[in-house]
Amino acid sequence: MTAYAPAARRHVARPQVGARSVRGVRRRARSRTATVCVGLLVALAVAGAAALTLGEYPLPLDQLLSTLAGQGSTASTFIVFGLRLPRLLTGLFVGVCFGLSGTTFQSLLRNPLASPDVIGISYGASAGGVLAILLLGWTGAAVSGAALGGALLSAAVIYAVAWRGGLSGYRFVLVGVGVSALMLAVVNFLLTRASVFEAQTALVWLTGSLNGASAAQLHPLALACLVLVPLTLLVGRALLVLQLGDDLATSVGLRVEPARLAAVVLGVALAAVATAAVGPVGFVAFVAGPVAKRLTGSSGPALVPAALVGALVVVASDVVGQHLLPVALPVGVVTAAVGAPYLLFLLVRSNRAGVGG
Amino acid sequence: MSGQRIVPEGAPDAPSHRLETQGLVLAYGDRPVVDDLSVAIPDGRITVVVGANGCGKSTLLRGMARLVSPVRGAVLLDGKSVHRTPSKEVARVLGLLPQSPVAPEGITVTDLVGRGRYPHQGWFRRWGPADDEAVARALAVTGTTELADRRIEDMSGGQRQRVWIAMALAQETDLLLLDEPTTYLDLSHQIDVLDLLTDLNHQHGTTIVVVMHDLNLASRYADHMIAMVDGAVAAQGPPAEVVTRELVGRVFGIDSVVVDDPVSRTPTVVPVGRHHCVEPRV
Repeated sequence: MTAYAPAARRHVARPQVGARSVRGVRRRARSRTATVCVGLLVALAVAGAAALTLGEYPLPLDQLLSTLAGQGSTASTFIVFGLRLPRLLTGLFVGVCFGLSGTTFQSLLRNPLASPDVIGISYGASAGGVLAILLLGWTGAAVSGAALGGALLSAAVIYAVAWRGGLSGYRFVLVGVGVSALMLAVVNFLLTRASVFEAQTALVWLTGSLNGASAAQLHPLALACLVLVPLTLLVGRALLVLQLGDDLATSVGLRVEPARLAAVVLGVALAAVATAAVGPVGFVAFVAGPVAKRLTGSSGPALVPAALVGALVVVASDVVGQHLLPVALPVGVVTAAVGAPYLLFLLVRSNRAGVGG
Repeated sequence: MSGQRIVPEGAPDAPSHRLETQGLVLAYGDRPVVDDLSVAIPDGRITVVVGANGCGKSTLLRGMARLVSPVRGAVLLDGKSVHRTPSKEVARVLGLLPQSPVAPEGITVTDLVGRGRYPHQGWFRRWGPADDEAVARALAVTGTTELADRRIEDMSGGQRQRVWIAMALAQETDLLLLDEPTTYLDLSHQIDVLDLLTDLNHQHGTTIVVVMHDLNLASRYADHMIAMVDGAVAAQGPPAEVVTRELVGRVFGIDSVVVDDPVSRTPTVVPVGRHHCVEPRV
């Protein structure tokens, strides 16, 4: 009878080299992310300086600095603290919210199309806001509250309809597009029934504009950010695991349903809060995550870079819309002009690759 | 002396965690897939679950890994129901590699394997040197250290499977469940994966439960075999006792000849179909 020797071992284990190379790979990824964040912060500072200095009453940089230090004239103090700074900060917070919300949804549903402005959450907020303005005659914070309600309601509808013993990203997006159309129909119906003056007010809000930004409006937004942003960053680690699919996420010890619900609620709340403050500024949530991922080369949701990209897009678009074009445009028009081509690019590319993720 | 039968011995210091099911009923909708099933998984051994398609073997594995909640009965890990124990606590003892896991786009080997460290981290205790070392060990054991900064999508099926196993190993569990880890691999990679699991079992005393289709490799690599029919256990025990012509007939509904595997001296099933029989059989 023939004897068989065991085959030779093909892999040689070298744990010491391994630990060093694991640390190396992780360090390289971390330092790239850090570099990207610093770069984004610098760009944000430049855009912020532009937002504060440019305008009908231009402030040179030295005058701006002395005003910020509390030594400006009455006029420049009013312009900076009363007008431009609230507008800048509103844009910043709104951008952070949209960026985080978009990247949370995209990662959660494993689909780059799954941002709140595509899947109907922003339109839900629009419908709520327009309903409040036109039917109930509400203003200010009440409109924001109604927009929040609209966003939560449409998210609940999407979640309930898309749920089939589990959540598929593709299904969620399809249902979301349907709900989006429904909410848009509600908005259009309300607009056609409204008087011209009311419709005008609603339309300005609907385009997404920082024109109404004021210190009074900034406070609830800042407060919401203070609560929602840290919570979202905490949920970030669960998102990393959820990316692996429900089975693996469960087997590494994540309670999938509560974690996913928390991520959805935070994503909806972020989008809703931002939409409530300035209206649905299109495509910010949609582009922030993918751009951040491209920059950092990360496979997980790059939450902090995405928040910075969101802020940069809103602030820079507002500067462009206000000062660099022959006619002043609301920020939503500029972001849409940038975002829509990207959506087309993504659709063409995902069709070719045959996958959405 | 070569040619002797390679008998797997559980490592002497094998950590013992007892996994068993008691009257377990698992169902999708109203249809019970696993019906009143009680099995005990032997500690520090390799258990292979075999059976025809749809017999409930994968569902049993998923139930044991708490991916499916029982309708009745329980899965007990050290006497406690896995469905009632905090999930992270279970995840530090029991790992699972599902059938066809999908990696996030663009993920590197190190990043993916590192995500297996989740149960060892808390809300505020994040990545540390212990995690680096666990990932490095998992890469070394699976022979994927050289691939550490490669992307998953650029790798072959066999390499990918090693990386997924590395991720499960980074979890550092004493029990590892694998759902058809060899199904989409070619012959050399099937042997590769099964040898790797055997190494793990021998060197670390890891208790391993594998669902697989290849009856011959199953009977070669298993210390303990569970054969299932219609959601119930048809036979269990050492492959030499379980794998018989009678059992193959009951489990797969075909006639067969059972011979000795010349390499491992374990039973090998040669199926009999309607064609290609040299001598007509009675």
